[in-house]
Amino acid sequence: MEDSVLTAEKVILETRGLTAGFDGKDIVKSVSLAVPEQKVTAIMGPSGCGKTTFMRCINRMHELAANAQVSGEVLLDGEDVYRLNPILLRRRIGMVFQRPNPFPTMSIYNNVVAGYTLNGARMDRADRDRIVEETLRRVTLWDEVKDALYRRGTFLSGGQQQRLCIARALAMKPEIILLDEPTSALDPKATAAIEELIVSLKGSVTIVQVTHNIPQAARISDYTAFIHLGELVEFGPTNKLFTVPKDKRTEEYLSGKFG
Amino acid sequence: MGDTIVRLPGDDTPATPGVLVSKTRTVDAELRARLRGDTAFRTGVLVLSLAATVPLILILVFIVVRGASSINWQFLTELPKPIGETGGGISNAIVGTILLIIVASVVSIPLGIFAGVFLSESAKTGLGRVTRLSVETLMGIPSIVIGIVAYVWVVRPLGHFSALSGGVALAMIMLPVITLSTEETLLMIPLSLREAALALGVSYPRTVLKVILPAGLSGIITGTLLAVARAAGETAPLLFTSFGSPYMEMNILKPMASLPQTIFYYATSPYPEWQSLAWGASFVLLVLVLALNLVTKLVTSRWKTQF
Amino acid sequence: MRNPRSSSVAFRTAIYLAGIAVSVLLIAIFLSLLLSSRPALVANGFRFLTGADWDPVTNTFHSLAFVVGTLLTSLIALVIATVLALALAVLMGEYFKTGVFASVMRTAVELLAGIPSIVYGFIGLFFLVPVVREVQIILGVPPFGVGILTSAILLAFMVLPYSASIGREMVSLVPMDLKEAALSLGATPSETIWRVTLPYARSGILGGVFLSLGRALGETMAVTMVIGNSNSLTLNLLAPGNTMASLIANEFSEATGTVYLASLIEIALLLFVISTVINILGKLVINRMVEAV
Repeated sequence: MEDSVLTAEKVILETRGLTAGFDGKDIVKSVSLAVPEQKVTAIMGPSGCGKTTFMRCINRMHELAANAQVSGEVLLDGEDVYRLNPILLRRRIGMVFQRPNPFPTMSIYNNVVAGYTLNGARMDRADRDRIVEETLRRVTLWDEVKDALYRRGTFLSGGQQQRLCIARALAMKPEIILLDEPTSALDPKATAAIEELIVSLKGSVTIVQVTHNIPQAARISDYTAFIHLGELVEFGPTNKLFTVPKDKRTEEYLSGKFG
Repeated sequence: MGDTIVRLPGDDTPATPGVLVSKTRTVDAELRARLRGDTAFRTGVLVLSLAATVPLILILVFIVVRGASSINWQFLTELPKPIGETGGGISNAIVGTILLIIVASVVSIPLGIFAGVFLSESAKTGLGRVTRLSVETLMGIPSIVIGIVAYVWVVRPLGHFSALSGGVALAMIMLPVITLSTEETLLMIPLSLREAALALGVSYPRTVLKVILPAGLSGIITGTLLAVARAAGETAPLLFTSFGSPYMEMNILKPMASLPQTIFYYATSPYPEWQSLAWGASFVLLVLVLALNLVTKLVTSRWKTQF
Repeated sequence: MRNPRSSSVAFRTAIYLAGIAVSVLLIAIFLSLLLSSRPALVANGFRFLTGADWDPVTNTFHSLAFVVGTLLTSLIALVIATVLALALAVLMGEYFKTGVFASVMRTAVELLAGIPSIVYGFIGLFFLVPVVREVQIILGVPPFGVGILTSAILLAFMVLPYSASIGREMVSLVPMDLKEAALSLGATPSETIWRVTLPYARSGILGGVFLSLGRALGETMAVTMVIGNSNSLTLNLLAPGNTMASLIANEFSEATGTVYLASLIEIALLLFVISTVINILGKLVINRMVEAV
């Protein structure tokens, strides 16, 4: 593992020998990786290589599936997340899913603060209003929905819905946001908007993004990890990995030899 | 621990991120309360579910035990004896139920299957939709209302109670069940099967009768069995149609005994001997109905894997 | 070889006629009820719906007592059944979807759905009534044992398996990623169920409740055996009463006199109309839920 890669960066999340799978079969095989703070780290690889499973181990969503198994360590700020209470952990790590999924029975307003209300937190109206406006501005959705805050979010376009989901995760002020191929279900225009948003979030929150869209990874990420068949093949600064990949498999993947 | 960790959004205090608590509790206390609530919820769900199912299962076990002890050859083959005499059986009720079902089936099975074929072929047309609505409405009519209709249509003209009127009532109860399950079955049969037959030049009636219906036979049979199970357990419509009788009766123009009506008559009587008969009859009826349901389930699961 | 076209036409016609026959049957049922109750419609007039007396001796036939009895027993049964059915739906749709316990529960629920009404009535008479009687003695109220509450409880258990199956289906229709979104925000499983899963399945569950109501309205035998058969209008849940169905079951075979009989048929007509309306409403609500998904 290339520790030297990150000497200049502060590491917020580290996995050591993370192995995970289902029914006795391992999908992620001993991945050791260090994610730098407040940068965008892309996890890249062909379909089925284990990148999503890997990411779901970080916020302990993987273990919710039947017959799931996990071993190895995941350290958030030096603490092993598997020793923390998962509910508290998930407040510190946000997740955005592949297809936009705002809660259909809640208004846009309530979707943004859903993380708080679901957790039973009591807040004054003023605090809630503040969070909603701040967060929606952060995802550049405020001007578009400020007159429709109390309507259900389902009338929004796909891109807007996804920004709402990002807002929902951001409202919790997490340390890390995990994005699972957030633009794969969106049209090019919406995709560009989301990419812009991700770049703008860089300095304030750490982003880990799973993607199989190579150009997107090249465009927006600072660091890239390439996973193939469950193993971490290569990890490094994006510009270096894309231009002078160290592993032959990385080079083949980047040139489209296998998808 | 007197510290209260409070972090309101917009707060610049460098507290642990993601921590949001009420102004009066610490992180630990709040989380523990929520986890307690989670366990309480889960326990509540389990307790309620058991409360919903366990009492009845226990009672069924009771019926099996109590009822089974009444079952002997005499019980199944003799007629009920007058009060004061011990023994006696429910043979007339068993025969009566069988005959009533036969009468009901003669009318409802062919009509139901054909109506089901109609529905499966014209589901999207206006008439098809109307028919579907009619079938579903028919299914929802309380059985006692059906009994009254059968009274008006058969008992009144005949001038007396009869098994025929009871059969008519049961037929109206069975019809929608058979129709809907036939439709469901036929919709599951792939279009390619019908097209293969038609492409060979087979006529439409033959395609339906010799290819499609046979392919869906198991499903149709299970639908019929379900309808029979439902009809066999009905009491209300028989109260003033087939009415009941202490004699063994084979003539459908006369009143006839049946299992559910016998249970009602004996269960609500003040004589313990008759009540025992009612337990025995309940056992027989339960066995019949549950056996039919079980067979249906087995046949359905085997058949569904075909496609 | 016979002319394929003519046999085909004949066959098609037969199928067509079968389809029409069902609708014709339904209309015939309605018309029969209407016509046969005509002497009563004329004699009782509008007061049939608003009056509370039912007295064959004076030829006074009003339905209010029984409509109230029907509504009371059905609605109370519905409340009890909905709570229990929701618990079962959550149990089978969320906590125990697979495994031995899950199949045992599912089989148990299906078994209970097949028990005939008369057997429930018998069970109610021998097990529930004595229990209620004891409770009434403890409470110091008249120990009837039978009554509106007793039949409501029995009715709840009868309607339960049906609503539990519908509920389970509706709960399992909730998309996985919605539940995951809630969990990823740090909600506990029960919070997710309560605030995301159940609200999503709301209209389907509501539709199931309507359909169960439709069934409860028509239940006759079990109710007849434990309701106590009293024809006076009462709101006292611990007192005996009568529903439209149990009234007919009790009095029809012995009713004499044209107006008496026709009035009972008028009650049947009323029951027919009410349960049909509720069933149609239930189907509409369920269809809306399925479409939304």
